[in-house]
Amino acid sequence: MGLVDVWFLLIAVLWIGYFVLEGFDFGVGILLPVLGRTERERRVLINTIGPVWDGNEVWLIVAGAAIFAAFPEWYATLFSGFYLPLLAILLCLIVRGVAFEYRGKHHPDTDGVAWRRGWDAAIVVGSALPAFLWGVAFANIVRGVHLGTGFEYTGNLLDLLNPYALLGGLATLGLFTLHGAIFVTLKTSGEVRHSARALAVRLGGPVVGVAAVFVVWTQTTRGTGLTVLTLTVAAVALIAAVVLVAREREGWAFAATALTVVALVGSLFLALYPNVMPAEDPQFSLTVHNASSSHYTLVVMTWVALAMTPFVVAYQAWSYWVFRRRIGTQHIPGGPVPVAAPR
Amino acid sequence: MDTLSVARWQFGIVTVYHYLFVPLTIGLAPLVAGLETAWLRTGKVRYLQATKFWGKLFLINFAIGVVTGIVQEFQFGMNWSDYSRFVGDVFGAPLAMEGLLAFFLESTFLGLWIFGWDRLSPKLHNACIWLVSLGTLLSAYFILAANSWMQHPVGYQIVDGKPQLNDIAAVLTNSTQLVTFPHVILGALTTGGVVLVAVSAWQLGRSRHVEVFRPSLKLGLVTTAVASIGAAISGDLQARVMTEQQPMKMAAAEALYNTRSSASFSVFTLGNLDGSKELFSLRIPNLLSFMATGSPGGTVQGINDIQAAYRAKYGFADYAPYVPTTYWSFRLMVGFGLAATLVALVGLWALRGGRTPRSPWVWRVLTASLVLPFLANSFGWIFTELGRQPWSVFGLLTTSSSVSPSVSLAEALISLISFTLLYGVLAVVDLRLMVRYAKAGPPSEEEVRAGLEPPAPPHDPGPPTGPSSTDPEHERPLVFAY
Repeated sequence: MGLVDVWFLLIAVLWIGYFVLEGFDFGVGILLPVLGRTERERRVLINTIGPVWDGNEVWLIVAGAAIFAAFPEWYATLFSGFYLPLLAILLCLIVRGVAFEYRGKHHPDTDGVAWRRGWDAAIVVGSALPAFLWGVAFANIVRGVHLGTGFEYTGNLLDLLNPYALLGGLATLGLFTLHGAIFVTLKTSGEVRHSARALAVRLGGPVVGVAAVFVVWTQTTRGTGLTVLTLTVAAVALIAAVVLVAREREGWAFAATALTVVALVGSLFLALYPNVMPAEDPQFSLTVHNASSSHYTLVVMTWVALAMTPFVVAYQAWSYWVFRRRIGTQHIPGGPVPVAAPR
Repeated sequence: MDTLSVARWQFGIVTVYHYLFVPLTIGLAPLVAGLETAWLRTGKVRYLQATKFWGKLFLINFAIGVVTGIVQEFQFGMNWSDYSRFVGDVFGAPLAMEGLLAFFLESTFLGLWIFGWDRLSPKLHNACIWLVSLGTLLSAYFILAANSWMQHPVGYQIVDGKPQLNDIAAVLTNSTQLVTFPHVILGALTTGGVVLVAVSAWQLGRSRHVEVFRPSLKLGLVTTAVASIGAAISGDLQARVMTEQQPMKMAAAEALYNTRSSASFSVFTLGNLDGSKELFSLRIPNLLSFMATGSPGGTVQGINDIQAAYRAKYGFADYAPYVPTTYWSFRLMVGFGLAATLVALVGLWALRGGRTPRSPWVWRVLTASLVLPFLANSFGWIFTELGRQPWSVFGLLTTSSSVSPSVSLAEALISLISFTLLYGVLAVVDLRLMVRYAKAGPPSEEEVRAGLEPPAPPHDPGPPTGPSSTDPEHERPLVFAY
C-alpha cells in the first residue's frame, strides 16, 4: 500500500466521518417542523445539535482541503465540474449555520413568530438540500462523468441529474433523516423523544426500500467482491436500526444507522478505487496515481495527519461526552431570549 | 465580461466580506478569554458580565465567519481550477493543516464554551475560550503561509512545469510570512480593541453600566494603542520585504514610474487617477525611500524600469497592477490604521487618572472609530492582492491562467450574484443584531449570578413547561440554550 492509497483511505475516512456526524444534524434540521410542534420542542431539537454541528461541519472543510492537498487534480475537476450543486450546498450551509445562531434573536418588540419561521425554513431547506445533493454528487462520482483532456469536466448539469444519481440523493436524504430521528430519540426526553421514535419506525420502511434499490444498483453496476460484503453490512445495519429503535434500544439503533453510513459511504469509495473520478472514456479517468500530489507532500501530510488526528478525535469525543445528557422541554430556559429594548 | 472577470469580482467580494468577520474573531477571542480569566482571578461579577456581553457579540460574528469561510476553500476548486491544479502540491498542504490543527480546535472548543457554562468547571470553561483563541491564531498562521507563498513562492522545485513542494519548513517560515503574520494579527487585535472602545463609549456616553464598560473601554484603548502601533511597525518591516520581493507592488503603491533615490512619499495627490500626471501633491521627503529600503537616501525602483526588466525575464506582457487602486488602497490602509492609533491615544489621554470626559464629542468620536479598523483591514488586503496582479502566484502563474476553463460565464454569474445577494442580506441582519445587542448592554448582576448558583430547586421563569413539574429528574434549565 503506497502513500497515495493511504491518502485515498484517509479521505474516505474524512468523508465518512463527515456524513456520520453531519448526517444526523442534517436529519435533526430536516425534522425540525415535524418533531418540533411547539417552540419549546423546536428549541429542544436545535439544542441537541447546538454544541456540535459546527465541529461536524469542519469534517467537510478538512475533507475538501485533504483532497486539495493530496489529489489536486481530483479537487480541481470535482469542484469546478460539480459547480452548481456545490454552489447550492454552500448557500444552504451558510443560511443553515447562521439560522441556528440567529433564530432566537428576534426584535424584542415583536413576538418573533415570523422571524423564527423564516429561519426555521432556512434550517429545513438548508439541511434537506445538502443531504440530497451529497448523495447525488457521490453517486455521480461512482457512476463516472464526462471528462476531457486535462481532466476537465465536459458534461453539464443535466448529466448530473441522472436516475442513478437522483436515487443516490434520495438514499442519503432518507438515511440522514432516519439517522437524525434516531439521534433525537437518544438525546431528548419526554414527548419529543416519543414522537421521534414513532417517526423513525414509520420512516424505516421507505428508507430501507430506497436504500436497498440503491445498494443493488450500485453493486450490479460498479460493485466488486468486497462491496458485496460492505453493502450487505449497510443493508443489514439499516434494517437492524429500525428494529432496534422500535424496541427502544436507542443507543444501539444510533450505532446501527452510523454503521449504515460508514458501510454505505465506504462501499462507494471501495467501488471507486483505484479511480478517484472515473470518466466515461477511461483514458481520461482520474486515479489515485495521476491525480495525486508529489511523494514529499504526501509524506509531510501523513505525518501531520498521524500527529493530529488522535487529538482531534479525542477532544471531539470528549465534547460529545460533556453534552451527553438528554434534553427535554423543561431544560429550555425562559421564553424567547429576552433582550431589553434600548432606550 | 468573461468568466475571469466574474471570478475575480467574486473572489474580491467574498474575501473582503469574509475578512470583516475574521479579524473580529481573532481580535475578540483573547479579549473575551482575558475578561473571563479576570473574573476567575478577582471574583468580580462585572468581569463575568463583560465576558457574557462581549461573548455574545463574538458569537454573532463567529457564526457568519465560519460559514463564509467554507466558500473561501471551495471557490479555489470551483472558480480557479487551473490555479488549483497548478499549485495544489504546495498550496493544499497549509490549507489541510489549517483544517486539521485549527478549525477542529476552534469549532469544538467554541461549542464547549457556548454551551458548557453549567457543564464544565470555571477554569476548564475558561481554558476552552483560550483554546479557541489559539485556534484562530493557528488558522491565521497556516492560511497566511499559503498566501505568503503566492506573494513569494519558496520551498519548491518545478517538475513537469508545475511547482512541487520540497521544503515545507521553508513554506512555513517564508520571510514574507514572518512579517505578514504579525501585521495581520496586530491588525486583528486592533479590530477587537476598537470594537470594545466603540461599544463601551456608546454605553458610557449615556452613563450606562459604567462598572462593566469602564474596564472594557480601558482594555479596548490599551489594546488598540499597542496593537495599532505594532501594526504600523510590522507594516514597515513588511514594506521592506515587499520591496525586495515584489518591487512592482511598492512602486505601484506610490505610483512611482521612474526609479529614484531619496524618494518622497505623497500623502495624497490631485491629478489623474494613476498618478502619472499630478497637479498637486502633499509630499513627505525621503519617506518612500525609508519605507522601501530603511534608508532615507535609498533607491526605489520605478514601474517603468521594473516593467522592462520583467519583460526581459517573463516575456512581453503588462506587469504593472492597476495603479489607482494600489496607490489609494495603500494610503487608505495606512490612514485608517493611524487614525485608530490616534483615537486610542486621545481616549487614553481623556481617561487619564480615572477622569471621565464630559464632552459628548469624546464619546461620539470613540464610537465612530468603529469603522476604522474594518476599512484599514479591507484596504490592506485589496492593496496586497491587487498589487500582486497580474500574478496569482508571483512569477509563476498569472491570474488569467488560473481560472476554471470548464466553468461557463452563466455559472460564474449565478454564483457571483447568489453570493453577493445572500451576503448583502446577511450583512444587514448581522449589523442590526450587533447594534441591538450592543445597545442592550450586559446581563444584570442577578442574571449572571443566577447562572452560577449550584443546582437549586427548579424555578420556572418562563411560560408553563407542563411535564417539568411531574418530571422525576427535576433538572434545572440550561444556563445557555439556542
